[in-house]
Order: sequence, then structure tokens, then C-alpha cells
Amino acid sequence: MYEIIEKSEIFNVHKMVIKAPEIADSIQAGQFVIVMGNEYSERIPLTVSDWNTYTGTITLYILEVGISTLELARMKIGDSLYAVTGPLGIPSEINNYGSVVLGGGCYGIGGIYPIAKACKETGNKVISIIEARYSFMFYHEKELHAVSDQVLYATSDGSKGEKGKVEDVIREMLEKGVKIDHAFFMGCTQMLERCSEVTRPYAIPTTVALNSIMLDGTGMCGACRVSVGGETKFTCVDGPEFDGHKVDWKELYTRKSAYIERETVVYQSYSHGCMAERT
Amino acid sequence: MELTAKERMAIKRHGMAEQPPDLRNRNFKEVPYGYTPEEAVAEAQRCLSCKTKPCVSGCPVEVPIPEFIALIAEKKFAEAARVIKTKNVLPAVCGRVCPQENQCEGKCVRGKKDITQAVAIGNLERFVADYERENNLMGLPEIPKKNGFKVAVIGSGPSGLTVAGDLIKLGYEVTIYEAFHRGGGVLVYGIPEFRLPKKIVETEIKALEDLGVKIYYNSVIGRLHKINDLFNIMGFNAVYIGVGAGLPIFLDIPGMNLNGVFSANEYLTRSNLMKSYLFPKYRTPMIIGKEVAVLGGGNVAMDSARTAMRLGAEKVTIVYRRAREQMPARAAETHHAEEEKIEFKLLSNPVEIYGNEEGWATGMKCQRYELGEPDESGRQRPVPIENSFFEFDCDQVLVSIGGQANPLITSTTPDMKINKWGYIEVDDWGRTNREFVYAGGDIVTGAATVISAMGAGRRAAKAIHEDLIKETDETLRPPGAETEEGEEE
Repeated sequence: MYEIIEKSEIFNVHKMVIKAPEIADSIQAGQFVIVMGNEYSERIPLTVSDWNTYTGTITLYILEVGISTLELARMKIGDSLYAVTGPLGIPSEINNYGSVVLGGGCYGIGGIYPIAKACKETGNKVISIIEARYSFMFYHEKELHAVSDQVLYATSDGSKGEKGKVEDVIREMLEKGVKIDHAFFMGCTQMLERCSEVTRPYAIPTTVALNSIMLDGTGMCGACRVSVGGETKFTCVDGPEFDGHKVDWKELYTRKSAYIERETVVYQSYSHGCMAERT
Repeated sequence: MELTAKERMAIKRHGMAEQPPDLRNRNFKEVPYGYTPEEAVAEAQRCLSCKTKPCVSGCPVEVPIPEFIALIAEKKFAEAARVIKTKNVLPAVCGRVCPQENQCEGKCVRGKKDITQAVAIGNLERFVADYERENNLMGLPEIPKKNGFKVAVIGSGPSGLTVAGDLIKLGYEVTIYEAFHRGGGVLVYGIPEFRLPKKIVETEIKALEDLGVKIYYNSVIGRLHKINDLFNIMGFNAVYIGVGAGLPIFLDIPGMNLNGVFSANEYLTRSNLMKSYLFPKYRTPMIIGKEVAVLGGGNVAMDSARTAMRLGAEKVTIVYRRAREQMPARAAETHHAEEEKIEFKLLSNPVEIYGNEEGWATGMKCQRYELGEPDESGRQRPVPIENSFFEFDCDQVLVSIGGQANPLITSTTPDMKINKWGYIEVDDWGRTNREFVYAGGDIVTGAATVISAMGAGRRAAKAIHEDLIKETDETLRPPGAETEEGEEE
């Protein structure tokens, strides 16, 4: 079970295609899985960027940020993940909105693809905007092009598309009077907040896919709680998608940083190679 | 040599030897060591074998208590374990976690004057189950021919394991779907190692697998498969829902989302299931509190407090709204917690958690309570005392004030009848309003005990058997059932 069929690296993002036929059969846009590389691993929530019911596979893009994602990244084709649980979370609400903008950064470049696809299939005009530091850090572009009416790029160095970020592209569009009926954003928390702030003055309904710390992913622990419109919500069962204009971003940053100190300790000791002796 | 009643009455209850408190509050090894065979025999001799068997009436699964105790007195330990197992599939677990003082031991005539002198039924149950397991005497019961019916059990906690155990022995094909990567439900994510060693749970699950129960892990029903799919696509004839309680409740006071504030579920799941007490070998990190406050007075609160102490806290305080006598925790747990230098602030309720600029908890403001008029249940209601507040420092708060129903299954099974709190409505035998769908345990009752969940599982297994066997017409019996029977042989 959960064999790695295909694996590649795009800078710091690792693509993994995993055998998980039941998940491929039941997953919908906007849902995620929780994976464990081995029996000692953390449970990490990951957006599913693509799936294929014929081959029975799901595609994950994993951003290497700490020990657990690093250990996942070191796994090879033919290895099997210890656990893949899902699909989890409420699927994206896809309606015929009219003109839809999808913004993605880091893992969200791949992550917005299923939502873009579902939006396209529902008859929306789909504009996908993806950001990266440099032009060579984009991935899953061909697929995204296939389901988008337009794909726009933003890079920090200006090496592809606009110099800047997704929010800059959207701001420009809005200033020019481009009509946007709904916006979806997926990526790091800073990006989600900044993009939401750009759409707020225009009152564009804005959906953000949050990535808070999770443990079980079934609502049992409350680790992933966020304040949305003054109410406490669980990202795993009430989300992961929420109204970007109502999220308490400050609290989310704080809660997401809770384990950084502990994680740094283990990450550093791993990098220095003393982990093997200790375990 | 047969003892007279008078001789039996003269024997004092045998306590179980334990790790000393200031040693054990820094390790995760089990607290009581268990009886020696001599102690078990001597304790068994205290039983008067009352004709009326009041102890059995106190047991939610009606374990034949005097019978198994008599076998212990005759040193037939493995036989005693087998007698228990006719009614209880998890004796090693129940001997450790049942609130015996409110159940079997609470009814024991020897404890009438002084409950601490009841026959130590729980200790004896634990002893024989451990004896059987440690000496590899767990024989496989004979499994009848497969009857052709397939039953899906959702959740591998105490109630699910009971249903699975009962039905596999009746010839059903049983498949358990478990959301986590390990089986046992609350027995592995909730109850700590020092109270219930995980190898015991693993052995019990292995035993079920040896009987032919299939377990699929990482399977969240409601998402991976819907209840209707289990019938229509997977071909099950009945479904049992034993998914446990679910969502933790947080207080509606300022500071509940500060860093350092955890649900007990999260805290215990990190430590128990993810084994972060063995961090960094196990990668799931845990925040170690220095001054820890635990909200609540149940077993989960005690487990959280004692875990915090073992992880290295300097001070652990339990904050509970009611009085000592009203604490729902097992007597043994409160006692152990006290011995381990956990402090208790009773008749106190937090009104605010204080935090620093970085968003971490730093302290708590509480209001003092007093006991007022009794409520409908007869318990004296805690009433806040006006203008009576106190504060104390804490960098970690573990919230253990109960839960609410997890909507994962009920929200994806639209026609399932639930009550106003979201728990599934069932009849006395665990039947839901949906034909051939049954439920039991915390998803029906809200947070309760391991043994009551097992009792519910036992009743539901009976109902499933009755309902399926009654309806043995062609429409229900899956095609090819007969050939399957042949293959199973």
C-alpha cells in the first residue's frame, strides 16, 4: 500500500505520485490527506494536487521545511509510505461563479490545480496566477494551462511574468477593472493574508485554504483550531477552506509557530548526522 | 482445602505493589506491578461466592465474577481468564481501566461497610488476563463456518473490538475500518502507557486478527467510504458505528486559542499514539510545560496531569469546578495523581487565560465556587461566589472538560437520526433508525467508560446477529455465500 510510483524534485518541492486507489476514487477538489513516511513520523497534512482513478494514484507536492518533510523527500520510488489517510476536509464549494481567480504559491501551485479544474468544468472563466521566487521553481504548469483560460506568472526577480507576487497581479487586474467573481488562494499563510487584503476592498468573495498544525485530521484534537469571524473552527473538519476576509491571521501565525523551537532542535541534530546514533 | 466463611472474612484485601510515586512520576512504565500468583489466590479466597452475585449485576457485560474467582482460588488461572472471555473480550484492559468501585466492587458485600475492603475483582481480572498472555496460553476459540454475512465495524476502540470479537465467533466476516494508523481507539491514543501498556492492546488486536477479523487502517469512514457505499459498493450486510466521542470542547473564555493551551485529546494523542514522550526518536514534538494547569476532574484530566508530570513539569494543578467527591475519575486515578504530587484546586473555574505578547499562555484567572442546591441528578450544583477570584501562573493549559459528537459520519449520512447534541439515536440494542446500521459507545452516549462502550458493543452484536439471521431470505443472503463457506474451510 501507498507505494511511491513516481518522484521528482523541483527545487525545494518534491513531487510524489503514490498508489492509493481508494483515495483516488473518493477525493474531491480542495481535500487533503495526512501522511506518515514511517512509523516514527509525524502526521503531516498535504493537499492532493492531482489524482487518477485509472492508475489508482494521487499526486502530492511536498515542500521540504523540516525533519518530517525532509524524511519524506528522501524516500525513493518503490518505497511505501507508512500511512496515507484521506480524503479529509470539506471539498471546495464550486459554483458557477462567473470569473474565478486562483492564486497559488509553493505547494499551492500544484494545490490549486484540482480547484481550477473543477471550476472550469462548472463553466467558470478560470484565471490562474502562480508565484515563485525564480522562473525555474514553477511546476505542474502544463496541467494548469489545460484547465485555465489564462495562466499568469509572478516571480520575485521578474524572470517570468510580473515581478512581484500573486497579490500584485491581482491588484493590477482590479485596478484595471477586470471583473472577478470569486477568488481562491492556496500557499503560505503570509500569501493568503496579503491576497485576501487585496480582494477585501473590492468585496470579492475570497476562499483561502488554511494549513494549520494538525494531528488526527478528524476533528478529535483541536490542534488546528482557527478563529474565523470570531468563532473557533477546526481546519480539519470545518475547513480547510474559509472566508479569507474573516480569518484571524495573527492568531494563525502564532499557533503555526508553536513547535518551531522543538522542530529546529531535531532538524539540526538530524542534519549533523547524530540522529542515527541517538535513535 | 475449603475455607469457612469466617476464615474468608478474616483475610484483608491485597493491594497491588506499585512503583513508588517519586520514581514513577518521571517514567512511563506501568504504575502497579500486578499480583503474584500467591497474592491472587489469597485475594480470591476472600470471595464469599454469594448466591445472589451482586457483583455481576454491577458489571455492564455481566462477567461471571464468582466463577472466575473460584478458579483463581484453585490456581486455574488460564481457565479463569477463559471464563471471563466468554463475556469480556478485553479483560487485561478492563482489569486496569474499569471504575470497579462503581461497578462490580461497588456491589460486593465485602465492601458494604468499607468499599476499600471489597474483593479486588479488577486486580484479579487483570492478573489472570496477564497470566494467560504472558505464558502464551491464549488459545484460539473454535470459529464456526462462515455464515456468509459481512459486517463492517467503524472504529477499533473498545466497542468496535467487542462487536468484531463477538461476530467473528458467530461465523460472520468482519472488517474493521480504523481512522488512525494503529488500532485500539482510545486505548491507544487516550489512555497512557503507565496506565495501560500498549503491548496489551496490540496483543488483543492480534488475537482478533488471528480469528480472521480484517482491519483497514487510515480509513476515515464518511470520507473514504460513505455508509451507503459500505452496503451498496462493498457489499456489507450490516454496519456498526463505534467511532467514539469526537470533538473536544474548549471553554468560551478569553485566551483559549493561545499557544500552550491544548485539548487533553491533542496532548494525550501526541504523547500516547504518536509517542512524543520518546521525542525525537518519534518525530511528533511536544511542548513541555513547566507549570501546567489541567481543567476537569475525569480520568482524562488525571491522565493529562500525570503525563505532564512525567514529561518534566515542575508543578501540575488540576482545576475542577465541583468538589472532590463529585470528581468523575476512578478513585485509583485520583489517588495516584495525589501521590504523584499533582495539586488540586477544587470548586474553581477559569474565567480567563492570560497570555504574553508572543501569544503564549502565562497564567490563569479563576473564580471560586461553592456547592448549592442539588440538581436533577441529585448532585449539588456548583455556584460561583461573587467577587471571589484568584490567579496563578501556568505556561500550559490542558482542557479536559468533555467533548461533543463528531459529525463526520452523521453529516455524510443524511437520513441518520441524531439527537440535539449530535449523538446517534439508537434503541436499547444499538439499532439506529437505518436498517442494519447500529451504533454504540461514545458516539451514542457521549463520553463514558471503556466498559460501557463494550457493553453497548455486546448488545449491538446480539442485535446484528438476531436481525441478520432472522432475515435469511435470498434478497439478503449474498450470492455465492455457500461457495464462500466452502472456501473458508
